[in-house]
Amino acid sequence: MMNAAVTEQIRERFPQALAEGKGDLFGETAGEDFVALAPEPWLDVARWLRDDPALKLDSLQCITGVDLGPEQPLEVRYNLHSMLHHHHAEIRIVVPREDPVVPSVAEVWKIADWFEREVYDLFGVTFTGHPNLKRILLPEDWEGYPLRKDYTEPETYHGIVVPKVKTGWE
Amino acid sequence: MGIVHGEEMVLNIGPQHPSTHGVLRLHVQTDGEVVSHIEPVIGYLHRCFEKHCEHLTYEQVIPYTDRCDYIASMNNNFGYVVAMEEFLGIQVPERVEYIRVIMAELNRIASHLIALGTYGLDVGAFTPFLYMFRDRERILDLFELTCGARLLYNYMWVGGLSHDLPVGFVDACYRFLDDFEPNLKEYHDLLMYNKIFIERTADVGVLPAEVAIQYGVTGPNLRGSGVQWDLRKNEPYSIYDRFDFDIPVGTGQMGSVGDCWDRYWVRAQEMAESVKIIRQALQDLPAEGNVHEALPRKVRAPKGSIYKRTESPRGDLGYYIISDGKGTPFRVKMRSPAFTALSVLSEIASGWMISDVIAILGSLDIVLGEIDR
Repeated sequence: MMNAAVTEQIRERFPQALAEGKGDLFGETAGEDFVALAPEPWLDVARWLRDDPALKLDSLQCITGVDLGPEQPLEVRYNLHSMLHHHHAEIRIVVPREDPVVPSVAEVWKIADWFEREVYDLFGVTFTGHPNLKRILLPEDWEGYPLRKDYTEPETYHGIVVPKVKTGWE
Repeated sequence: MGIVHGEEMVLNIGPQHPSTHGVLRLHVQTDGEVVSHIEPVIGYLHRCFEKHCEHLTYEQVIPYTDRCDYIASMNNNFGYVVAMEEFLGIQVPERVEYIRVIMAELNRIASHLIALGTYGLDVGAFTPFLYMFRDRERILDLFELTCGARLLYNYMWVGGLSHDLPVGFVDACYRFLDDFEPNLKEYHDLLMYNKIFIERTADVGVLPAEVAIQYGVTGPNLRGSGVQWDLRKNEPYSIYDRFDFDIPVGTGQMGSVGDCWDRYWVRAQEMAESVKIIRQALQDLPAEGNVHEALPRKVRAPKGSIYKRTESPRGDLGYYIISDGKGTPFRVKMRSPAFTALSVLSEIASGWMISDVIAILGSLDIVLGEIDR
């Protein structure tokens, strides 16, 4: 199945779950390449994506967190792949910055456990139903979410001075 | 005599431990000598790669990719430039493509030599490690000859290479391959078919194919479980579709499919396949071609995003690059194959003895620099 046909199938099966037409900051519109979903139905969609015999997206390749800008929402992107049919799909879920909550898919794809912890760690997105949601790369007592665009580094950490990052290469 | 149920004990392996291959802490719950659960604690080498990228131009990201998987830096460069070139629509000269493949495959051999050599160390065989480092040293010499660096190359650039091949490289490379190929059998006799080694690894830490896919395990670890999946064949990038090579998969020769021995065997066979690819690439290498010809004056990506993955020695190495049209990337995400491989450790090592955990961890061939980024 072509990748465009995969995204078409998702649209047909879950029309009420779509969150499309909001416009994208990067000039991308949902089409052949990705499907934009609302957060609430994501777990049901994920189970179906993995189990549907025609799709069989059994491999979760990557979860990418994105901060769309200081005043903008956050986004979580899932790259899926089928080891059987050799096709891909990309799912994008936009969540509000103040209350970023996405259902966890760790029960659908085991690797989502660690990937979601990473997104939680660096972006502060909460994954409901996650078995062990805590920081993974940073120390557990770190404050703030470094990959957010409005993040400011702390002056010190346990008495150690944090060196400043130079900005403005352009 | 009945079974004695004692209390559970928590054993801390690392962060500084010879068998963790970097700075990794394993929080191991044991019942006597048997492991019931492992929680890997990572992040000791976190250097904010992804945050740094947002402050750098697209070219300046390349040296940072070197430092993620520092054992296979060429392949990290390769993945990034392949993604960027597809994003920008750059066609690179033929000669560049061939040189890249030669370098990536040499680096794959070097990486596998470390993986296998240190695995020998983990299970108690010191000699093979020295032999394998001897050959790896010659590969590093070839890299040094080419770009001046032995470990962190910054060699592949978006649209080209930093240097053309030096005079005499092709002959030196042939000489290395001629010397290396007979050594492979030596290694196999020394370690792979050694009775003690087989006892330590066969039937230990079996990773079934479904579990591997669930945990996103890729590369030699997945192939050790009998799944024929290699991006060089299944989703050919660069010019890998021009070469004739096989994808070895684990068959359970010494025990069951997906055990530690199978993962070792797959890596050992892959070195021979890489030699095959390098020989073909050297044969077809175009004599003419300017490696700086297709370099853009300034890399400025169009608005949008790309997810591209390539086959590094450890598995699917993915780059997710998002651009907002400015001179620096909006977001760069690296999907690290060692990260996913480590996540499966608790699943396959539970129920084994503590000493087997070391053997299982070593067979996954992780690099902490890439896990923590």
